[in-house]
Amino acid sequence: MKYREGEPIRDTKAPEGPIEERWEKRKFAARLVNPANKRKLSVIVVGTGLAGGSAAATLGELGYQVTSFCYQDSPRRAHSIAAQGGINAAKNYRGDGDSIYRLFYDTVKGGDFRARESNVYRLAQVSVNIIDQAVAQGVPFAREYGGLLDTRSFGGAQVSRTFYARGQTGQQLLLGAYQALERQIAAGTVTMHARHEMLELIVSDGRARGVVVRDMVTGEIESHLADAVVLATGGYGNVFFLSTNAKGCNTTAIWRAHRKGALFANPCYTQIHPTCIPVSGEYQSKLTLMSESLRNDGRVWVPLRKGDTRPPAAIPDDERDYYLERIYPAFGNLVPRDIASRAAKNVCDEGRGVGPGGLGVYLDFADAITRLGREAVEEKYGNLFEMYERITGEDPYAQPMRIYPAVHYTMGGLWVDYDLQSTVPGLFVVGEANFSDHGANRLGASALMQGLADGYFVLPATIGDYLADARDFGPVNEVSVAEAEIAVRDRIHRLLSVDGDRTADSYHRELGKLMWDYCGMERTEASLTKALERIPELREEFWRKVKVSGTNEELNQALERAGRVADFFDLAELMCLDALHRTESCGGHFRAESQDADGEALRDDEHFAYVAAWEHAPEGPVLHREDLAYEYVTMSQRSYK
Amino acid sequence: MNLTLKIWRQHSPDEPGQMVKYHVKDVSPDMSFLEMLDVLNEGLILAGDDPVAFDHDCREGICGMCGMVINGVAHGEQKATTTCQLHMRHFKDGDVVTIEPWRAAPFPVIKDLVVDRSAFDRIIQAGGFVSVPAGAAPDAHAVPVPKGDADDAFDAATCIGCGACVAACPNGSASLFTGAKITHLGSLPQGRPERASRAKTMVEQMDLEGFGGCTNTGECTAVCPKGISLDVIARMNADFLKASR
Repeated sequence: MKYREGEPIRDTKAPEGPIEERWEKRKFAARLVNPANKRKLSVIVVGTGLAGGSAAATLGELGYQVTSFCYQDSPRRAHSIAAQGGINAAKNYRGDGDSIYRLFYDTVKGGDFRARESNVYRLAQVSVNIIDQAVAQGVPFAREYGGLLDTRSFGGAQVSRTFYARGQTGQQLLLGAYQALERQIAAGTVTMHARHEMLELIVSDGRARGVVVRDMVTGEIESHLADAVVLATGGYGNVFFLSTNAKGCNTTAIWRAHRKGALFANPCYTQIHPTCIPVSGEYQSKLTLMSESLRNDGRVWVPLRKGDTRPPAAIPDDERDYYLERIYPAFGNLVPRDIASRAAKNVCDEGRGVGPGGLGVYLDFADAITRLGREAVEEKYGNLFEMYERITGEDPYAQPMRIYPAVHYTMGGLWVDYDLQSTVPGLFVVGEANFSDHGANRLGASALMQGLADGYFVLPATIGDYLADARDFGPVNEVSVAEAEIAVRDRIHRLLSVDGDRTADSYHRELGKLMWDYCGMERTEASLTKALERIPELREEFWRKVKVSGTNEELNQALERAGRVADFFDLAELMCLDALHRTESCGGHFRAESQDADGEALRDDEHFAYVAAWEHAPEGPVLHREDLAYEYVTMSQRSYK
Repeated sequence: MNLTLKIWRQHSPDEPGQMVKYHVKDVSPDMSFLEMLDVLNEGLILAGDDPVAFDHDCREGICGMCGMVINGVAHGEQKATTTCQLHMRHFKDGDVVTIEPWRAAPFPVIKDLVVDRSAFDRIIQAGGFVSVPAGAAPDAHAVPVPKGDADDAFDAATCIGCGACVAACPNGSASLFTGAKITHLGSLPQGRPERASRAKTMVEQMDLEGFGGCTNTGECTAVCPKGISLDVIARMNADFLKASR
């Protein structure tokens, strides 16, 4: 796959001046829309997770006419609900030296110096408002006996700034956003369409003006128009088939927008989470995360010697290798995710892995249970231990958990400017669907923070500036609507008429394995070249041999899946191309050719300190570079030793 | 292991449904219940048949989207477990397993095992929130919350809205679901200003949707994957009575 270089991106719209004043400046400069006019302006929000749910609710509160879509049967199901561990905020309630600047610094460093300073600083600033908002909504965060909020530590940080609600923080925050959204639905400011999937973006006279959706119950193809469109459709980790994402998570909304002109930034930045329950068989349909918070009290180890098949209890302490504590004494078990994942892979590659196939390491709570008592451990992690027991049939109070890295989050996504607007005017992208704040590696408990920052605070402040001109947008061009609808109908018709002999899931599984093997935790020029050969072959076969039963005019889950897999093929190709072109290692992107003497990721700041934003073009992708400048944090080799 | 499945098939809301028998072979004990159905469906698709429609998403027991009545029990016999977290190690070779959708008038069947639970969203719309627009919140530490109250709120807030309580209730009551939200928000100082009005409007909406009344049979809490206690219903009734006086 060939690509060519396009014009670099020079303006991200971040204001100049001291970093702590930029967000205030931007908010002040943004034009306002008076309340009477807001009622005449309409916004479509696709997706109802933390970012989309909070955005739709807040825009509704402000008085816009909002139309919201989700593919699930209720907005409360979006996959933010599964986030376990917590949400970061620079409250410094502990007095342990935390500050907005430190959260900013940790996030830039944790992202391996591939995120924008202005965006990250704003995120850290807004983080404190999120906790206030969530508490006011009735989110039942963990509290201490004095009635104040409890916090814990997460990877990549040496302060305790993670607020949590047992192991169900995402659920509680999402229910807060969902309830705010339902309140607006009742108030009539938001119209909700559940069981609707966005299949195309409508671009009219250069502006995003609507979406084409499929009613997943009746199959009806509908166009919805608005003055602006917000995509909050999450990440694309399911390109790997097995991931911690929900089964329905997909790339279709952002991929369709990409095809309509939105640049796709850093697609190769994938986060492999170190603590997931290992794969148990060929039929496996998804992977389950065990929260990073467990690394606060769990100790990670493997047997010291290769091929040691004794049960864990029979291995004495001096024949165990607590390898994270050994290699990274300063951060120990709380090193960032990318580092912990690669370390696990390394010990398994050495033949010291445990469990079936040797693809696992122990996460041991024996010391914590002795130190804190079983009850305290249960209080903190009870639901996670229970979940582990349900899936594996093993009791983690009695024997260590077995864990292995799995695809969890995608830092890449649609390119957005400081206002969260993509390169298609009027198309805004929030939450995991955009690329903006985590660089090449996201720190734990920062996804919830970013989703809610975007939805409650950033987008509502910036979108008004765009909508202030809505009077001049004019009517939506009917041809652009008709074309988008025809494209959707054609694709559905094509999928239904192949009538081959393999299911969409079987192709998805094969694509996922290929991506895991060749574009997973470790990437090489050879593996990526191989993937770029295989993906088009497999895609060609898919379009020739896929079997989709039933018709469009009914609830048809086979058809839904096939459409998503088709888009995953195209995305996979761009991911591999991006990974191939970035010959350095950084964060979650590890190129085996670029490592230091200790096997750590070796960045190449001279050549790669930029955001790779890809444009879709018929003759092949076009690369636009956005140079990253660091005025506040000095770029350095990350060290967690 | 090999299993015989008897599954409720219903093509659309208006057509009659029936139990249809299927055989699945070589089921691994490590499979989840939904993975076993995935295997069945892969076979049905290749045979050109209509796969069994069922709702599911996170498959880790938290989104609340999956749910089926397995051998007469909502989410199956395993305690405090959603259908997606139920694993085949709890079945044995030769078992006959019946699989049906939630059955309650306010949850009409859309197709096969998929039902419409939007009535739950409308109950939340009727008052299941704290009226606080974004940006209006005081500092999170402005009001300390006793740990016991926060824990009670959490225990109720853990409800995943799956609807098993309704499916299990002989009256088709949504009292556990509604009571859980009323208890969650009413236990916290932030939710108290609207406590009375919330209880009133949510209960009225529940009745309006056609859910039955509670007669304390306790079937709901027995199948609840999050173990929500019957106490929430007592609290709902108390709050409702107070609000109605």
